[in-house]
Amino acid sequence: MSKFSSVAKTAHLAAARTNRFAAAAANPAAVSALRMASGASGPKSMTVRDALNSAIAEELDRDDDVFLMGEEVAQYNGAYKISRGLLDRFGERRVVDTPITEMGFTGLTVGAALAGLKPICEFMTFNFAMQSIDHIINSAAKTLYMSGGTQPCNITFRGPNGAAAGVGAQHSQCYAAWYGSIPGLKVVSPYSAEDYRGLFKAAVRDPNPVVFLENEIAYNDVFDVSEEALSTDYVIPFGKLKVEREGTDITLVSHTRNVLHCLQAAEQLEKDYGVKAEVLNLRSIKPLDVPGIVESVKKTGHLVTVEAGFPAFGVGSEICAQIMESEAFDYLDAPVERVTGCEVPTPYAKELEDFAFPDTEIVMRASRKVLGL
Amino acid sequence: MLRIPRVAGARMASRSLATSASDLVSISLPQDSFEGYNLDSLPELNFETEKESLLKMYKDMIVVRRMEMASDALYKAKKIRGFCHLSVGQEAIAVGIEHAITPQDTIITSYRCHGFAYMRGASVKSVLGELMGKRSGVSYGKGGSMHMFAPGFYGGNGIVGAQVALGAGLAFAHKYRGEKNATFALYGDGAANQGQVFESYNMAKLWDLPCIFACENNKYGMGTSASRSSAMTEYYKRGQYIPGLKVNGMDILACYQASKFAKDWCALGNGPLVMEYETYRYGGHSMSDPGTTYRTREEVQHMRSRNDPIAGLKAVLLDLNIATEDEIKAYDKAARKYVDEQVVEAEADAPPEAKMEILFEDVYAKGSEIPELRGRISDDTWNFEKNDFSNHVY
Repeated sequence: MSKFSSVAKTAHLAAARTNRFAAAAANPAAVSALRMASGASGPKSMTVRDALNSAIAEELDRDDDVFLMGEEVAQYNGAYKISRGLLDRFGERRVVDTPITEMGFTGLTVGAALAGLKPICEFMTFNFAMQSIDHIINSAAKTLYMSGGTQPCNITFRGPNGAAAGVGAQHSQCYAAWYGSIPGLKVVSPYSAEDYRGLFKAAVRDPNPVVFLENEIAYNDVFDVSEEALSTDYVIPFGKLKVEREGTDITLVSHTRNVLHCLQAAEQLEKDYGVKAEVLNLRSIKPLDVPGIVESVKKTGHLVTVEAGFPAFGVGSEICAQIMESEAFDYLDAPVERVTGCEVPTPYAKELEDFAFPDTEIVMRASRKVLGL
Repeated sequence: MLRIPRVAGARMASRSLATSASDLVSISLPQDSFEGYNLDSLPELNFETEKESLLKMYKDMIVVRRMEMASDALYKAKKIRGFCHLSVGQEAIAVGIEHAITPQDTIITSYRCHGFAYMRGASVKSVLGELMGKRSGVSYGKGGSMHMFAPGFYGGNGIVGAQVALGAGLAFAHKYRGEKNATFALYGDGAANQGQVFESYNMAKLWDLPCIFACENNKYGMGTSASRSSAMTEYYKRGQYIPGLKVNGMDILACYQASKFAKDWCALGNGPLVMEYETYRYGGHSMSDPGTTYRTREEVQHMRSRNDPIAGLKAVLLDLNIATEDEIKAYDKAARKYVDEQVVEAEADAPPEAKMEILFEDVYAKGSEIPELRGRISDDTWNFEKNDFSNHVY
């Protein structure tokens, strides 16, 4: 089969978008059914919101040096209700509302971390953290190195990253690649409720500055949680991806809510073509689990990366480079395909915004291309 | 219009002489030593202090001066690279503050940090060593001139104004822990216009943080005079809703009194204070700047000859019979000798070994490194578990 004909075939499928997932998206129960439980199915299910809320509460409870600071975190109970009830439980000293001064309060929390406290600095979204980025990188990430190891900085920067829905270009950017490039930072991007709990606790306890990238739409997502994940000492180590679905024919690697699109695509690939896709949930951007991706690619010979960030210089670009520099290069049966956000400032109208970020259909298209279907 | 402080000698009339039987001396500062903004009281012009303290202040200032002059020479001899911002002329501030506070109080400043690093406990050898990129430097040769740290001293910061927000955080930590300590967050006249400075003022006042926002106004932000950068040059009033205190930064005893006042102000729970130490740097902004293209040599000479903080304190020591001319000469000689010895020792020290394990050290806290960090090519990927190159099979 010539390459040209397979491209033509996929283009035809893209043009005739059946939106078979639209119905599923409208029906949460159906979506849940599609979703793989992250961990052994346990007696509980929880929203990502509750997973985060409980994780923050447990870390505040465990260590008096930990405090939460950000806009609307206290009296408003959190712009997205992530910190609901925390002010009532822990008081004003531990849960602090700030003025709308990102550069100032980020610098303040970093200073508090230099003094030995363990702040959780919340950004209402990471878009606003662009005002703070000098402190995240120059004041936090680099200080341990510049001080010859004498001045540590234990701080966790957290907040929603990437798109919401219809919030426009200034409120929709994904910063995983920007922060992921900085030596001295650790960057994590959870997908499931268990990810949020375990990675967040690990982030607070990690003595380095950690960027914890959340997803606003994900806050309402429901996941099963294992007994283990409910433990107050449940930490997920950084740098290890999770195989959300095992497969043999193609590797789909992603992070945050895009993992869902990969899982849905995997389901459909099996139904339509009998293709068994392996879905990898990165969990960690820095460190990136390159060995984990390599291991999967050696098995499947085909790779698609999926992210919401801009295509140029992104997470997918990094994965391509790492794969090419590794032994997995010899195992590839086709070039890697990157699925990314579209190279435009995010448009507002839904018809256009739908083109701006990955969805299940585009992951399918990329998979068919790589597999030559 | 440059405000010219009164000459030190004019203080003679209002001094009481110390007797050999007493360890205390009475100091009377000039009337115009302090200016307040929304302050009910100012620091006392008349106070007592121990002779030994004055001697120590003198010795500290001459060591700082000698250390900075040695840095100047080493830079010109190309033994120091990159940036080097010296504080010659501004010694009274670092020394005055240190004498007014305890080791549990905290200080943070900009890149003009060598004097503070020394006063907070870094040895001259470790400061010079850091400047020369030695492994024995205060930051193990990893930071350089702008990134020196010491107990209770948080640098040494390269980004203008960033240290002010960080300083508010240090003060926040004091309050969070229920400590009665204060933070001196220092910045220059150039940095005083930074937005984050005002963001820090706001949070400090809102939350009653024990933060002393201290502007070292040396009249020039690099090559730009204060009047060309600032619509309002009364920096001690910039805090608007925060009381302010201006002090003659060329007078160590005034600096000491003002700093003590500020520390006590914060310790009593009055919230933040904005200070302005009016000072002058004889050198340029950094070693790359001759410092004469934007100001006259006459101005520099005038400040040096009429307002020098070391000469000023020397006059006091002589006036009060705390030391004789010969004794002071001996102190000067001892400081010079001490610094010269430290230079020799620092120069003899080794730089960090040109090894990858040292290059990659301290990117992350020991024991919590990410598995690998990449060198310039993929082959040079360092693996922390192996403590060696990854040597992936390509």
